[in-house]
Amino acid sequence: MGRRSDPAPRLPMTDTADFTPPSRLGVIFRQSAGVLISLAFTFLGLLLVTFIIARVVPIDPVLSILGDRATEAQIAAERTRLGLDKPMVEQFGIYIWQAIHGDLGVSIRTKQPVISEIAQYFPATLELATLGTIFGVLLGVPAGVLAATKPGSWADQIVRLIGLMGYSMPVFWLGLMGLLLFYGILDWVGGPGRLDAAYDMMFQFEVTPHTGMILIDTALAGRWDMFANAISHIILPASLLGYLSMAYISRMTRSFMMNELGQEYITTARVKGMPERRVIWVHAMKNVMVPLITVVALSYAYLLEGAVLTETIFGWPGLGSYITDALLVGDMPSVLGGTIVVGVCYIGLNMVSDLLYKLVDPRARA
Amino acid sequence: MTTLVDWLRDPSPTSRRQARLGQSYLAWLRLKRNHLAMIGLAIVALLVIVAALAPWITPHDPITQNLRERLQPPLTAGHILGTDDFGRDILSRLIMGSRITLFIIALVAVTAPVFGLLVGTVAGYFGGWTDEILMRITDIFLAFPKLILALALVAVLGPGMENAVLAIAITSWPPYARVARAETLTVRNSDYIAAVRLQGASAARIIWGHIMPMCIPSVIIRVTLDMAGVILIAAGLGFLGLGVQPPMPEWGAMISAGRKYLFEQWWVATMPGMAIFIVSLGFNLLGDGLRDVLDPRNSGK
Repeated sequence: MGRRSDPAPRLPMTDTADFTPPSRLGVIFRQSAGVLISLAFTFLGLLLVTFIIARVVPIDPVLSILGDRATEAQIAAERTRLGLDKPMVEQFGIYIWQAIHGDLGVSIRTKQPVISEIAQYFPATLELATLGTIFGVLLGVPAGVLAATKPGSWADQIVRLIGLMGYSMPVFWLGLMGLLLFYGILDWVGGPGRLDAAYDMMFQFEVTPHTGMILIDTALAGRWDMFANAISHIILPASLLGYLSMAYISRMTRSFMMNELGQEYITTARVKGMPERRVIWVHAMKNVMVPLITVVALSYAYLLEGAVLTETIFGWPGLGSYITDALLVGDMPSVLGGTIVVGVCYIGLNMVSDLLYKLVDPRARA
Repeated sequence: MTTLVDWLRDPSPTSRRQARLGQSYLAWLRLKRNHLAMIGLAIVALLVIVAALAPWITPHDPITQNLRERLQPPLTAGHILGTDDFGRDILSRLIMGSRITLFIIALVAVTAPVFGLLVGTVAGYFGGWTDEILMRITDIFLAFPKLILALALVAVLGPGMENAVLAIAITSWPPYARVARAETLTVRNSDYIAAVRLQGASAARIIWGHIMPMCIPSVIIRVTLDMAGVILIAAGLGFLGLGVQPPMPEWGAMISAGRKYLFEQWWVATMPGMAIFIVSLGFNLLGDGLRDVLDPRNSGK
């Protein structure tokens, strides 16, 4: 990745005489156009689904705004104001137009624009999922490589079993058990919330929220006591999400690495007398990284979603809490707004992984 | 017994049924060597047996409240796993709850894969615009995070078991469509399909009778592995109060009820979670083993 300017990448199949490596960025620009079109379609589909859900919802948006004492005339006026008297197709058009401009409607609970509320909640989720993914990669890749180099060994079995257990545990239950053990019994970590109650007040008055991510903001403000407290609160939920992500990443790493280690160039490298560590971590790893990018992106997207249930357990003020709280009071604009945002993240991560894939692997650019 | 085994292992089977059963027998032998898969199979079998016999094997009534015995710890006399905040025996509730879990799994397992199979085979067989449109729709559903879409759907439809099943089924069919389409593409130009077509078979007949059976092994693997995820999503919906409603002993809802007592009466939330974990692990182990056995890409080894 670091040697982007290298004119002749050391990869197999470059031995044909007339082979000229295509300019990476040029090809990527050309392909981005295709990616963007399919992206737009998927985005429209996403909006169509949420639009349908919003229109079949039994909660009458007019009634929920005006209450049940409104007169006929008031109801009619409100319907016109909300555009509910227009034909469905036109309503959908308006819906798309507003969504593209970041207008996801107004929350029934708080009467605030949904998008600005989500903007407040989203950084907490992003922080949690990012840390979880980092843990997942740091643990999952070595575990997968270890399992692949010794297939059938006890290490392989343990990695496999740990992974399967991660696939099988309800994340909210794992969170409760984590709280019980590490907070209730051992008292090693901070409890629910992002900070202790005492720090929470201080944070609101003394730290400027540059990013909304508490670790970064406290570090920028130089408040290391607060930073340490925030760490003690985030470490448990992030580790749990990291475990889920590790389960997936280690499994995929193992299968990719097994596949690479069966290739002939690995035999060649070994016959040359290259140290095994270099064979695995330099030669094989380079090719394993390519599909692994997609896996990491997928698991990142998965954690953004997995955070929904985790956040409710840990009282984490993120997108998941926002959606579930809204759900319980029937605040559909907020629920659907959150759904759209998570969906967009999903689509975006998929696209980024697609592009990175092409950037790293010249074969995918043909 | 030996004659049956001999008949199954006969290298030159005399009928189609003998050949098919012989193949299944060999697959079973391969699966039997995989200890983890056998553990998984045992767990799944246990779930089915417990669910079938539930009303007769529960030591106490799972619904009736008995406030005098509320929050008894595990291993107290008569309550091996303790009681919950209404004094109901947790073991009895878990046993009854297995029916709900199995019911949800079964309903999803007969709806989502069938619908996905239909979409995938039709798209793959006809190709062209049909393929393009159907697969675009599939992609849109794949772009949705599963749990969130299920949440939004249940929020609209209203809480309850039927709606939870519907929401889970709507979010689970796209991968089946993908798998079935890929399988269809590999067989649709093969000679036997051409032969059937020359005999004048209709497209519906070809898809139903000659393409769908080819997709079954990969779909079975996916179903088994998917069921673990379905259990988790159903439990998640129950936990948020959107699935099966109390006082029905749904496992996720039981965890949610135990949350209040987590630090003092830990068993109320712990036990149902163990049940979910064990059953889900069972499906994962079995699915993993089945994949090793049935997946044609592995049969070379």
